[in-house]
Amino acid sequence: MKKNNKTKIVSAVLIVALLAVLLLLDNTKGVPSMLLTVLRKGAIYALVAVSMNLLNGFTGLFSLGQAGFMLLGAYTYAALTIPVESQTSIYQQYPGGGVGFSITEGLTNAMGGFGLLLGVVICLILAGIVAALLAYVIGLPVLRLKSDYLAIATLGFAEILRAVVQYAKLGPVTNGSNLLYGFTSFDDFKIGSLKLSTVMPFVFSGLCIAVVVLLINSTYGRAFKAIRDDEVAAEAMGINLAKHKRMSFVISSFFAGISGALLAMYQASVQAVTFKAAMTYEILLIVVIGGIGSISGSVIASFLFVGCSEWWLRFLDNEKTLKNFNAKLIFAIIFGLIVAGIAVAIFFKQKKNGKLGANVPCIGTAIVALAAIGWDIWFVISPNLKLPLLRSGFRMVVFSVIIMVVVLFFRKGLLGDQELPDVLHRFGAWLQSRFGKSAKGGDAK
Amino acid sequence: MNNVLTIENATMQFGGVVAVDNMNLRVDEGEIVSLIGPNGAGKTTAFNVITGVYAPTNGRVEFCGKTIVENHPQGKMEKLYKGQNNGQYTHVLKPTPDKITKLGMARTFQNIRLWKSQTVFENVLIAKHCRTTANFFSATFRMNHAEEQRQREECDELLSVLGLENVRNELATSLPYGQQRRVEIARALATQPKLLLLDEPAAGMNPQETDELTAFIGKIRDDFKLTVFLIEHHMDLVMDISDRIYVLDFGKLIADGTPTEIQNNQRVIDAYLGVSNDA
Repeated sequence: MKKNNKTKIVSAVLIVALLAVLLLLDNTKGVPSMLLTVLRKGAIYALVAVSMNLLNGFTGLFSLGQAGFMLLGAYTYAALTIPVESQTSIYQQYPGGGVGFSITEGLTNAMGGFGLLLGVVICLILAGIVAALLAYVIGLPVLRLKSDYLAIATLGFAEILRAVVQYAKLGPVTNGSNLLYGFTSFDDFKIGSLKLSTVMPFVFSGLCIAVVVLLINSTYGRAFKAIRDDEVAAEAMGINLAKHKRMSFVISSFFAGISGALLAMYQASVQAVTFKAAMTYEILLIVVIGGIGSISGSVIASFLFVGCSEWWLRFLDNEKTLKNFNAKLIFAIIFGLIVAGIAVAIFFKQKKNGKLGANVPCIGTAIVALAAIGWDIWFVISPNLKLPLLRSGFRMVVFSVIIMVVVLFFRKGLLGDQELPDVLHRFGAWLQSRFGKSAKGGDAK
Repeated sequence: MNNVLTIENATMQFGGVVAVDNMNLRVDEGEIVSLIGPNGAGKTTAFNVITGVYAPTNGRVEFCGKTIVENHPQGKMEKLYKGQNNGQYTHVLKPTPDKITKLGMARTFQNIRLWKSQTVFENVLIAKHCRTTANFFSATFRMNHAEEQRQREECDELLSVLGLENVRNELATSLPYGQQRRVEIARALATQPKLLLLDEPAAGMNPQETDELTAFIGKIRDDFKLTVFLIEHHMDLVMDISDRIYVLDFGKLIADGTPTEIQNNQRVIDAYLGVSNDA
C-alpha cells in the first residue's frame, strides 16, 4: 500500500513537471518551432495510436479504419465551433451553409475563458460520440469478419467516409471538398498572456490515454485480452464475443474521433483529403514500432515517428552540396567507420555463436561492407561535392528501410507487449544484480 | 436426484458424415458420468453440441430443467430465441457458448486453450468476467471496487484449493502439462458452474499424474457440489471415478451403465477390440 502511494506521488510530480516544462517551452522565445510541432502533433498521434492499439493490440481486431473515424471527429468538431460571423465567408460555395451556431463561441461569450474550455470539451466529446455511433453501425456487419478481411472492410469504410464528406449535398455542413477553418484551435487557449498551445494537446490526449489505460486494466480490458489470446476459450468462459468486440471497436473509434478533433485544432483547418489511408498506415506504423499491446510503447513511438518525419529526417529530402574537400573527407571517414563498425559487430556476433565462416550471413556482410567502403573511396576521389541520394522523397525510402528492419529483426517493437514502468523496473533490477549496490541508476520507482 | 443435463435425439451431421447420431443421455445432480468411445466416435462433437459451439442438426439439450439448445428441422423453421413454443412452431434455439456458460455449464478443452499472455491468476480472474455485474463505464472508473476485490479473493481461494497458489504469477503456458490442466479446471470453476464438462482431462499425462487427477476430480465434485461429465480415454481413471458410463461408437450410443456393467458388455468390447469375422 505504501509503495502504491509512493508511485502515485512520483507520477503526480512527473506530470506536473512535464506540464511546467511545456508551459515554459510555450512561452519562451527562441524555442525551435519544430520542437513545438513535434510535441503537439506527437501528443495527438499518441492518442490515435493508443486507440488503434486498444483494438489491434488488446482485442486482436486488425482494423484499418482509424483515419475515417478521425475525419468524422475533425469535421464534427470544426462544424460545431466555427464562429457564426465567419460561417458565411467559409461556406461561400454553399450559401446559407454552416450550422448557424458555435458552441465554443456561445459559451465563451457567456462564461469567458472557462466557457471556452467547457465548449471545447463538449465539442470533443461530441466528436467522439459521432465517430462512436458510426462505428457501432459499421461494426454490426463488419465485426463478423476476421483478421485481413476485417482490415479490408474497415479500410473501405474509411475511404467511403472520406468520399461522402466531400459529397456536394452535404456541403452546407462539411463545405464539400473545401477547407473548414477559423474554428477554435489550441492557440485560443490562454491564461492572461500565457500561451497554452502545447500544454492543451498534452492535457486532452493525456486524459484520454489515462481513460484507455484504466479501461485496459479493468475487467473489460482483461476480457479484451482474452479474446485476443484465444477467441474460442474466451467464448467458452462466458465472454460474449460480439458484444465485447463491438465495445472495443466503439471505444477505439470514440477516441479516434477525439484525436481527429484535436488534430483539427492543431492544424487549424480541416480538409477531407488529409485523412487518407496513408494516415492510417502512419498510425499502424507507430503501433507496430511501439509494440503491439503496449500503451507506453505507442506513446513513445508516436513522438519518435513524428519527430523523424517532421524534423530529424527532413534533411534527407533536401539536396546538399558539401562546402569543400575537407568536409567531404570527414563525411567519407565517418561513413566508412559506421559501415566498418556494423560489419565488425555482425562478425563478432557470428563468432560468439560459433558461426563465423563461409556462410551466407558472413559473406553477405563482407560483400555489402566492401561495396559500401569501395563506394566511399570512389566518392572521395570523384570531384563531385554533392551528397548522393539526398533528394525529395528519400526520407520515405529511409522510413521504409527502418520499418523493414523493425519488422525483420525487432518484431515485437520497442516494448513488445510490456509497459514502460515494468521495463524500467526490470532494467533497474538487472543493473542492481549486475553492478551490485553501488549502481543506483535506472531505479524507476 | 435432480436431473442436470438431458440430451434428446441429438444428431449432428457434417455434410454426409453423421458425427453424433440420435443420442439420448441424462446426467443427474452430483454424478460423475463419463462418455467413452474409440477415436472419432463423436465424443467431442457431442460436447460441442452441449456447449453451443455447434448447433445440432436435430435434437434438444436440456440443462437444469430448461431447454438451452433445440432444433427440430422437420416442418417450418422459426427463430424464437425467447418466445415460448406454443406447439405451433418448430423451435430453433441456438445460443452462443457464452450464454450457456452463464447458465452454469463450464468446460475444459481437449487441447489446452489457456490465454497465453496471461498469468495463472489472470486466467482465472478473466473467467470471473462473465459473473461481473458492473458495466464498462463503472469498471473503467473503478466504481466496482468491492466486486473486483471480492472476485480477486475468490480467485486466490480457488487457486489455493487447487494447489496452484505458488505458481500464481507464472505465465500459464509456461507450466508443466499437468498443472496447465489444473489451471484450465480452475478457470472453468471460476465461472461458478453447476455442471463441469471435462474433455480428456488426462490426455498426455503420465500414470502418476492421472492418479492424482482421479482423486482431484472426485474432490472438486464434493467441494464445489458439482456434477461432472467427462470424456476420457484412460480406462483406469474412467472406471475408478465414474458413477455411470456411456459408450459412443460411430456417433451412436451403444451402451450405458455402471463401470462393472460396461466392462462386461460384449458390444463395448467389440467396439474397442473389433469383431472377429472368422467365426
